[in-house]
Amino acid sequence: MTSLSRLLASLLLATTGTLAMAQSATLSTSGGWVRWLPAQLPAAGYLTVTNNGDKPVDLIGITSPDYGMAMLHQTTTEGSTSKMSMVGKLTVPAHGKVLFSPGNYHVMLEQPKHAIVPGDSIQLQLKFSNGETVVAPMPVKPAGTTQ
Amino acid sequence: MQHPLRRAGEPPARTLRRCAAWLAGAVLVLGLSACGAKSQSWQLDDVEGHLPDLSFSLMADNGQPLRAADLKGKIAIVYFGYTHCPDICPETMAKLSQALSKDAAGAADMRILFISVDPARDTPASMHAYVDAFDSKHAIGLTGSPSDIEAIAKRYRVAYQADKPEGAGSYEVAHSSGIYIFDRDGKARLLANGNNTVDQLAHDLQQLAQQG
Repeated sequence: MTSLSRLLASLLLATTGTLAMAQSATLSTSGGWVRWLPAQLPAAGYLTVTNNGDKPVDLIGITSPDYGMAMLHQTTTEGSTSKMSMVGKLTVPAHGKVLFSPGNYHVMLEQPKHAIVPGDSIQLQLKFSNGETVVAPMPVKPAGTTQ
Repeated sequence: MQHPLRRAGEPPARTLRRCAAWLAGAVLVLGLSACGAKSQSWQLDDVEGHLPDLSFSLMADNGQPLRAADLKGKIAIVYFGYTHCPDICPETMAKLSQALSKDAAGAADMRILFISVDPARDTPASMHAYVDAFDSKHAIGLTGSPSDIEAIAKRYRVAYQADKPEGAGSYEVAHSSGIYIFDRDGKARLLANGNNTVDQLAHDLQQLAQQG
């Protein structure tokens, strides 16, 4: 075996290994972002949670190394009045997804542990009822961003 | 076939009157359909004549008092919210600032008025940082005494209700999601909400601006 083909083989092995690891997790996230607000005001994070498994899984907790508090919230609108409330758990259906978006589910982020400005990226750790924890990267976007 | 406006044996004078009535009816129908066509060209709800003129006396985010009369000649876009609202308020403010940015020239004559329904926490300084994050040129944050806020909220039937504070003293405020748009004379013209798109808002604001 030439050194080139040995290198190719090891690269192939490494790639397969990475793919296998990604596939072993039932849950994944995508499209995450945080809307920046000034003066350490509570901010909202949005993302999509996908469940590739055969069973529904509950999102049971959210933490962030960048904020003292991260909570699952939902805005609901009745008639013309909107209000926010805390959500204890959120079920991600089997082979389905849950979208977090303005005016609906969002992660409320309070007490930033360091200065956070647009262009930064923060992390969320999502804990699920099947024991999995998913780390979601969340780019921080300017206040005037719309989904 | 019988004439639709003349019954058999009817004298011509009565026919004439019936004709006039029919014509008047037709004119009325045409007139109404013309009005209908006019209101259909608005993409937001046309509320002309249904809501009181803009009137308030509050504290602007620059620390100076501001009254509705100070905005004469400007199109005013009024939204009630509060700075500790991370989801629906910033999304609505983002949509409004994007709608204005679609027509920079027209936007010079427009002001977004973000009126706090949480005057206990929203000082002029905190309102200033908040509105500047969206549109430092066209957005004005307004706060005031609880009774001043209550007065304008009542005027536009805006309901708001603060929750009981949680452990850390934080609380949420349920509030109306309406966006009230007033013309240059302070007349209420259009009503939008957080579900309207940036394009719908931009379309109607530009149309209103062109009306002079």
